[in-house]
Amino acid sequence: MRWGVVVFPGSNCDQDAVGALSCLGEEVVTLWHEDEDLAGMDCVVLPGGFSYGDYLRAGAMAARSPVMGAVRRHAAAGGLVLGICNGFQILCEAGLLPGAFLPNENLRFVCRTVQVRVETNRPAFTRDLEPGTVLSIPIAHAEGNYRVDPQTLERLERAQQVVLRYCDATGEPTGEANPNGSVANIAGVANPEGNVLGMMPHPERAVEQVLGSTDGRGIFRSAAVCWAARGA
Amino acid sequence: MWRAEMRVTLKPGVLDPQGRAVRQKLANLGWTGVSDVRVGKFLELLLEAPDRAAAVALVEEMGRRLLANPVLEDFSFDLEER
Repeated sequence: MRWGVVVFPGSNCDQDAVGALSCLGEEVVTLWHEDEDLAGMDCVVLPGGFSYGDYLRAGAMAARSPVMGAVRRHAAAGGLVLGICNGFQILCEAGLLPGAFLPNENLRFVCRTVQVRVETNRPAFTRDLEPGTVLSIPIAHAEGNYRVDPQTLERLERAQQVVLRYCDATGEPTGEANPNGSVANIAGVANPEGNVLGMMPHPERAVEQVLGSTDGRGIFRSAAVCWAARGA
Repeated sequence: MWRAEMRVTLKPGVLDPQGRAVRQKLANLGWTGVSDVRVGKFLELLLEAPDRAAAVALVEEMGRRLLANPVLEDFSFDLEER
């Protein structure tokens, strides 16, 4: 499986994503935000960071860059797309995922390991995980307060597009476990087809025990498992 | 040449963590009578357009496609000829 990590001006987790994927034995290259095609990638990663300095709104500028036309075509053709943190914000700004982000409810930049519960293994990126599994993965953001209107939320819940929810150590999505005020404790959302996932936690920071957790591996492994099954 | 002044504001009902913090700070400074604050953006645009209708259409489209996020924000603008 071939992975491409898009570098926008202001991305700062691109090399972490490349490192994590290399560590997992995946074939990975970087793509540039001005590229107009994805050079045959199977999965595109939009990494975390502060693309364009969060000017106007987080992800607003990057969502309108040339590479996003190619990402849109890739997604429409069933290709895999993973947006992490700023990448999630970019996917929402691009209209590839529903919703938008406000500053964290407590107005602080929150940088710590949180627990998220896997809600469904229907999407590609959780295919190899049991629903109900609690993952420990770091977050690092100031604008992770995910918002959708009540009708859209109901539609997302019904279609099992809510993939990850902030929870406590026992898997309960409590108010105390919600680090940013996101509606319904939402930490990750997929498109209806399940080939596009946006998530605020950073799985690429949780692939080696020396970094404190290997729970991020499941996200990347799921995509690889899903892709292999598709090819078979 | 046209000059547009655009205001981008959070839709009614969308919570505004910044506005809430500003209201709290105003209260700390003694202005306890402020019941709500909402923080928005103000943009000034200078643009070429053949006439007012064309300028309105351009600014509308810019607001829709980039300057405001339709999930959370509304925009409005004034236009004057320069």
